[in-house]
Amino acid sequence: MKDDQKHTEERPGRIDAVPVRHPWRWVAVVVVGILLAMLVHSFVTNPRWDWASTFSYMFKPAMVQGLIQGTLLGTVLAMIIGVVLGVLLAVMRLSSNPVLKYTAAVYTWFFRAIPRYVLLTILGVGLIFLYPSIDVGVPFGQSIERILGLQTQLTWWHIDMRTISSGIGIGAIGLGLSEAAYMAEIARAGIVSVDRGQTEAAMALGMSSRKTTQRIVLPQAMRVIVPPTGNEAIAMIKDTSLLTAIPVGMELFNQATIIANRTYKVMSAYVAATIWYLLVCSILMVAQAFLERRFGRGFGRQDVNPRARRLLDKTGEH
Amino acid sequence: MTTQPATRPAVDTPIVRAVNVHKSFGRHRVLKGIDMAVAPSEVVCLIGPSGSGKTTFLRCINLLEDIDEGRIFVGDQLMGYEDRAGTLHTLDDAARARQRRPIGMVFQRFNLFPHMTAVQNIIEAPTQVLRTPRGQAVQEAHELLERVGLGDRGDAYPSQLSGGQQQRVAIARALAMHPQLMLFDEPTSALDPELVGEVLAVMRELAEEGMTMIVVTHEMTFARDVADHVVFMDAGVVVEQGSPDQVINHPGQERTQQFLSRMVSSPASPRGSSGAV
Repeated sequence: MKDDQKHTEERPGRIDAVPVRHPWRWVAVVVVGILLAMLVHSFVTNPRWDWASTFSYMFKPAMVQGLIQGTLLGTVLAMIIGVVLGVLLAVMRLSSNPVLKYTAAVYTWFFRAIPRYVLLTILGVGLIFLYPSIDVGVPFGQSIERILGLQTQLTWWHIDMRTISSGIGIGAIGLGLSEAAYMAEIARAGIVSVDRGQTEAAMALGMSSRKTTQRIVLPQAMRVIVPPTGNEAIAMIKDTSLLTAIPVGMELFNQATIIANRTYKVMSAYVAATIWYLLVCSILMVAQAFLERRFGRGFGRQDVNPRARRLLDKTGEH
Repeated sequence: MTTQPATRPAVDTPIVRAVNVHKSFGRHRVLKGIDMAVAPSEVVCLIGPSGSGKTTFLRCINLLEDIDEGRIFVGDQLMGYEDRAGTLHTLDDAARARQRRPIGMVFQRFNLFPHMTAVQNIIEAPTQVLRTPRGQAVQEAHELLERVGLGDRGDAYPSQLSGGQQQRVAIARALAMHPQLMLFDEPTSALDPELVGEVLAVMRELAEEGMTMIVVTHEMTFARDVADHVVFMDAGVVVEQGSPDQVINHPGQERTQQFLSRMVSSPASPRGSSGAV
């Protein structure tokens, strides 16, 4: 008994140590607190902020319509085009067919090198100049008709470019084509991040390459693809303001400019637009966090492999 | 292939027949003329030092690697090619996938699909490839899980299972395709020593039920007890083969003796002499 007691006395017990103090943390809190208070104070006391006008502009029908039809719809359409085309380009890029591989590489190079504002300007102004109408039919059909003197119709479908060359349609196509180049890199990073053993296991079970890609590789690639795609969607919300270049009238930033020009309350109009951008982006960030959880099913806190990480780092350039 | 039916009586028809198999990775010659025949219900263990080509040979059988020379037949199928009047035509992706169906494979690193539960892993190929109705596939999956001793873990994701459990699910997944042949690529090498036994027990049971198996392994006890035939490979050639007693207990070749003495005497690798099954 005595031995036992002595024994427990000698063994070190619970750790009741004084924690490390962080005095500079408190200094930082005070400094940031004061700066924030100054900012809020100026919001309230500086009459030039004119919050009443700002909030009334926010809910002007034209502004809300611009938000919904230009900013939100434009983002959704552009991202749909970007994601679908981007995944297709990524699969092409990773295929063993050299024609598909280099076509995808050249596409990505081309659209990553063009500023979006320039691309949209060219689409808005130049497309109708170069191609007033688009005829869908036998390739080179009109030339063949001319050379052979044929009267037969080799054109099946006629599109007048004037009907689509202005407005949200062409804007979404322009942004979507550009986005596809970035999405292609993101999707490629996702696909190469999936362990080779997964493909082998699926193939060993008798699954075809297509089934393996659809059922095994892409669902796992999503885990890597979703977070940067969320960033892209948020960036796209902001890039819809470039649609002015087409020009697209019914769009948030453009509507804010119209109000600013009409009322001369420039700041109120632009702050109203800014608040909308902040709100929409915040909602998207929450949605992104939710999606990440959904596609992270079955995974612990594993990191993606280094090759995929390098590709992802490259995509954050624009 | 079908010109001499008289010389291939049904009883002795091997499930796997490899003739003069060569394989190189770049300049590195991995397989230098492997011949092998595996009869139905036979258990063949491939042993040998790492880099000897055992795993590569196994992967050639189900077309995870293409061979450069020779032929591999599984059942009546020439793997990877179609022989049309003496000219070989490379099979397309769908045909290769069809050839792989009756061949189950278990990998060293399990390779379970991490985004699917154990049951989803098992029903994936039957529902997607064989078009088995989902309900029936799920029922079979539960039976298979029961068989590998994991009846209660059907809803677990691979990350929630131990290595030994994952490997048993992987075996169940391969069995769900009703294979005629099972390939095991060092199925216990990635496992903690105390988890090796549970996987070997499942494999032993499978062998007793008459499954044809080719097992690449370092488990000498398993090879001695379960194999019908042991093949010792080194540097891309078959050095020695025969019954477990011949190859493991009374090896005739010096290289085999050297390899086995390292496997058994090395205290650093308890797996060499484990297999407490």
